[in-house]
Amino acid sequence: MASRKNSVVKMDAGGVYYRELNANLRKAVTNSTRRIELRNVYGQRYIGTDLNKPVEIEIFGTPGNDLGAFMNGPRIIVWGNAQDGCGNTMNEGEIVIHGHAGDIIGLSARGGKIFVRDDVGYRAGIHMKEYRDRKPALVIGGTAQDFVGEYMAGGVLILLGLNLKEGESHKANFIGTGMHGGVIYLRGSVEEYQLGKEVGVAQLEDADRQVLKQLVGEFAAHFGYDAGEILKHKFIKLFPRWLRPYGRLYAY
Amino acid sequence: MRDIGRINNPNQDNKIIDACSIFGAMDTTGKRFSGEGVIRAIANMHDRGNGLGGGFAVYGLYPDYANQYAFHVMFLSQQGRQETEAFLKDNFDLIEQQEVPTRLAPPIKHPPLVRRYFLDINKNKPGKQSGDDYVLEKVMTINTKLSDSFVFSSGKNMGVFKGVGYPEEIADYFCLEQYQGYLWTAHGRFPTNSPGWWGGAHPFCILDWTVIHNGEISSYGINRRYLEQFGYQCTMQTDTEVVAYAVDLLMRQHHLPLEVVAKILAPPFWNTIGRLPKEEQKLMLALRQVYGSLLLNGPFAVIIAHHGEMIGLTDRIRLRPLTVGEKGDMLYLSSEESAIRLIAPELDKAWIPMGGQPVVGRLKVGAKNRVTAGGGEIRC
Repeated sequence: MASRKNSVVKMDAGGVYYRELNANLRKAVTNSTRRIELRNVYGQRYIGTDLNKPVEIEIFGTPGNDLGAFMNGPRIIVWGNAQDGCGNTMNEGEIVIHGHAGDIIGLSARGGKIFVRDDVGYRAGIHMKEYRDRKPALVIGGTAQDFVGEYMAGGVLILLGLNLKEGESHKANFIGTGMHGGVIYLRGSVEEYQLGKEVGVAQLEDADRQVLKQLVGEFAAHFGYDAGEILKHKFIKLFPRWLRPYGRLYAY
Repeated sequence: MRDIGRINNPNQDNKIIDACSIFGAMDTTGKRFSGEGVIRAIANMHDRGNGLGGGFAVYGLYPDYANQYAFHVMFLSQQGRQETEAFLKDNFDLIEQQEVPTRLAPPIKHPPLVRRYFLDINKNKPGKQSGDDYVLEKVMTINTKLSDSFVFSSGKNMGVFKGVGYPEEIADYFCLEQYQGYLWTAHGRFPTNSPGWWGGAHPFCILDWTVIHNGEISSYGINRRYLEQFGYQCTMQTDTEVVAYAVDLLMRQHHLPLEVVAKILAPPFWNTIGRLPKEEQKLMLALRQVYGSLLLNGPFAVIIAHHGEMIGLTDRIRLRPLTVGEKGDMLYLSSEESAIRLIAPELDKAWIPMGGQPVVGRLKVGAKNRVTAGGGEIRC
């Protein structure tokens, strides 16, 4: 099933059950493999899970739920759309999606970077978290459906809205509901009622611009955009107004 | 309760990844196609179910009997069959009857006898009642009053096949690859809090309305009591049944357009209503007042179908997934995009609808004639 040439492994995933496929991947990265090409991927789950080496995995097809779950190092490139739960609790590495992604992308991520060219579904970045230098980043080229950044506890979420028309604003409601850490940078505008009540709005400062410049630069490089053009547009910063919004809820 | 751990979790994982799977495919020109692709697609989401329920709805199924009501009936005893057949003879003109063809499929255990009846009602129909209302009443009578018999499919030129097993096993058992239809829906079940029995598998059907569902209707009790006032009796022991009766009531009996029905089943939040233009606000408030008891609470993604239409809908905050694929005249709805791509790799458009927003496939003008043309016998 797998063929190997110059540290590049090619696998045909057609008809291969997800357990076997992930076992094959684990075997493949223990050698000196630098790149793995997966063809005919149709819904196999957990691709990239439990891999600790900086290998590059290119996926042709539609990977299944929990792509890159608990991943710790590899870079995954998807030539197509991703389903739900992409980057679930990922620790380190990178996922680049040349298409759209489903619900709860980046849920509970604790490190690494995810770049999505188009839109994402519900609850993008739900409960992303950070600790010291571990800071996950989720950059979305299109727009998001409701509850983006829900219960966010850390990390950086960037919503670019590149596919919105001139003057059209983001449609998501309940943005950052329950947010108590991290930051959301949103290109374009939203109405007050679209935000969770824990969310504050601020203008960008120099430190914010540094972060944006770096991540938007990487995004633009992945998908062939002009970062300068993207950054010319107005951004707003969404932040949690309290670090422990419910700290006193049961404390009396 | 029986320990289903070994079926449910053969690898002893500490996380069970089940959730129901739903899939729908429709040719909007009315061209009929075999179930082969749909079976592959739903089988691709095998891991979402646990083998305790699988089923299919097929439209354009019986063109040779396009004007007769086609009853699919499961009998749990011979006595049930005798009672029900006598009842059918008394209340209908029995045009044709046969056992639904099956083949030996080892994973299918203890199947009930499943027979189909093609019925006319012309002679029996009392004055003012419509044919559909007459049939609805008789289905309810059989399901609640006669022993061990369940009519689980009762529309014209369509049919439901379902049972306990994975959907691909049910398809194999009922030889579904040999049937043709212009609209197919398919379901793989992971029963959460109701028994995994043959009647409890999806789709649920009344007349030509069918529903498949992933999620949990926590408003089942309220919905059920409301529907009972209109003569709908819930007998399948599971929540999804109410959705089939709700759409029959709202769309067939109350003639409400689908866009309005979606706002009844998955209404906008109060604060969203508050921001709407006055006229629309009035409509939304009226719907909540009149049909509040048909609000579906809890997580759901459903595919509703009847002749000429396939509808995908999720709850307002999309707690269950639904994804859409379009290719030429074909519309696909699925829990997972990969299942669509497996049978239609090059889609014109793939997208994910907002929660509470219905996605509708409709037969194109002129397609109706195709739906009733051609036939063919099924042999296993």
